[in-house]
Amino acid sequence: MRKLLASKTLAGVAPWKFLLLSATLLFTYAIPAHADNHEEAAPAAEEAPAEEEAGPVDDYQGLLDHQGEYAPAFDFFTTSMLWTCIAAALVFLMHLGFATLESGLCQQKNVVNVLFKNVFIISIGVITYAVCGFNTHYPGDFNGWFSWGSMIGDLNADGMDTWGYGGLSLAMTGFGDFIFQAMFAATGATIVSGAVAERVKLSSFMIFALVFVGFAYPVAGSWHWGGGVLASMDFKDFAGSTVVHAFGGFGALACVMVLGPRKGKYTENGIKPIPAHSFPLAAIGVFLLFFGWYGFNGGSVLSADPTYLGLVFTTTTLGATAGAIGAIAVSWGVLKKPDLSMALNGLLAGLVGITANADVIGVGGALAIGLIAGALVVGSIIFFDKIKIDDPVGAISVHGVCGIWGTVATAIFADGFDIIVQLKGALLVSVFAFVFSYAVFMILKMTLGVRVSEEEEERGLDISEHGQEAYGS
Amino acid sequence: MKLIKAIIKPFKLEEVKDALSEIGVEGMTVSEVKGFGRQKGHTEIYRGSEYTVDFLPKVKIEIAIADDLVTKVIDAIVGASQTGKIGDGKIFILPVEEAVRIRTGEKGEEAL
Repeated sequence: MRKLLASKTLAGVAPWKFLLLSATLLFTYAIPAHADNHEEAAPAAEEAPAEEEAGPVDDYQGLLDHQGEYAPAFDFFTTSMLWTCIAAALVFLMHLGFATLESGLCQQKNVVNVLFKNVFIISIGVITYAVCGFNTHYPGDFNGWFSWGSMIGDLNADGMDTWGYGGLSLAMTGFGDFIFQAMFAATGATIVSGAVAERVKLSSFMIFALVFVGFAYPVAGSWHWGGGVLASMDFKDFAGSTVVHAFGGFGALACVMVLGPRKGKYTENGIKPIPAHSFPLAAIGVFLLFFGWYGFNGGSVLSADPTYLGLVFTTTTLGATAGAIGAIAVSWGVLKKPDLSMALNGLLAGLVGITANADVIGVGGALAIGLIAGALVVGSIIFFDKIKIDDPVGAISVHGVCGIWGTVATAIFADGFDIIVQLKGALLVSVFAFVFSYAVFMILKMTLGVRVSEEEEERGLDISEHGQEAYGS
Repeated sequence: MKLIKAIIKPFKLEEVKDALSEIGVEGMTVSEVKGFGRQKGHTEIYRGSEYTVDFLPKVKIEIAIADDLVTKVIDAIVGASQTGKIGDGKIFILPVEEAVRIRTGEKGEEAL
């Protein structure tokens, strides 16, 4: 072939022209042959109905028949369910965000421990949600306060995999509903894991996480999304500023109060900071959380409704970015130099603030809520440090304080919501989370102990609790 | 034989290495260290609280050379790493009792 191309001419014609001509002739010869086959196929197709061979159209008809009376909604239902599953995966990704953020903000000697807690939390969170959480969270008809649920069964059965499961307000199958909500459940305990990092005893934390996610979270959630007392009051919490974030944040506050600060953090001469060991990891974590939030808020539209999806994606993003700007402005003003960890917390604060109301506010509201959340979180972080509440990642401020802000802000920046109801709801859940966590952690403190020893804390939990190093040489 | 230990500012390492190359010194051991002398540390701030960092990053270069090269090496290091500001570093000269090339077993100045 190479010799052919190398030769200057072939039978008086340049080789490339010869090849091009041959290719064209072959191509034009091939087309009529194809057309002949096509003509032969058509008569065969006409004969097919007589033989009743199943084709693709019959399969589609079968799917519609399964939907029964809901067949006309099938395509929207399918799109919505697809979006729900993607959103569930995005919320799952937030656990990677938490893992990296917490790792980055803690010291190198505790990274394995932080990661281990995060692996445990997603696992126990989803499993308890299947075993009892889902049906406790959504008990159907109940007294509005508490109804203990059983394990999930076949959530495709009895038409739960059709539009009839939830209609327009919940355009997904039973399993879709389960998996989307399951991903939310574990985020509550994960909020606590950051606040107690670097000195909590692993086994005690695991027990706490089990009951916090397995019991407290679905019970508190049932008061609103499950149709309980808060729902009856017309409380508004779109994606969980109260039932997820404030819940986790105030649970964290209780645990930190029982646990105590890290050794050496609060001295007679003031606060001795324990800086992050990896800002790249922390930043990666925050951006992953931001990414996952599109599933957290976007998925909470509970269908592929284009009107709300576009709005929620926009308000979520504006809230986050305004939060960053708010935090940057306040921290730079108050603290002399721009602090990266504050800017990162600001992004998250804005996101938490917007989570209660992303589907009911406008552009201006989103910016205002985010900006104020960003300013609030800086003040809150400094405040908690002043009163010797040691929170390595700022979880109490980002989730607890801004969770309440977002819930209350709903009534300020959107029409039709009562600020007293919002405040009541936020406080009810926050106080419940606080009291529950305080009690459980106190019991654990008096029995198993909740803290590693001083020597273990100095050596680092990676070596003392796990016998492993995060960055092996 | 002498062992030269030079503690210099980290960003000067490439210049010092090149200067030593020019006078024929091809081998050295480099480590990242922390330290301070008269150069004070600096203040850092994390989440609203200030703290002083006393230990500053430095680079330590260790070179084993024949006695007749000592002056040249010191001049080269000083020339390349000096900035005139506090924190430029220090050079120490230690005697070497014996040196061995592991690959061949050569000893003394042959091993350098």
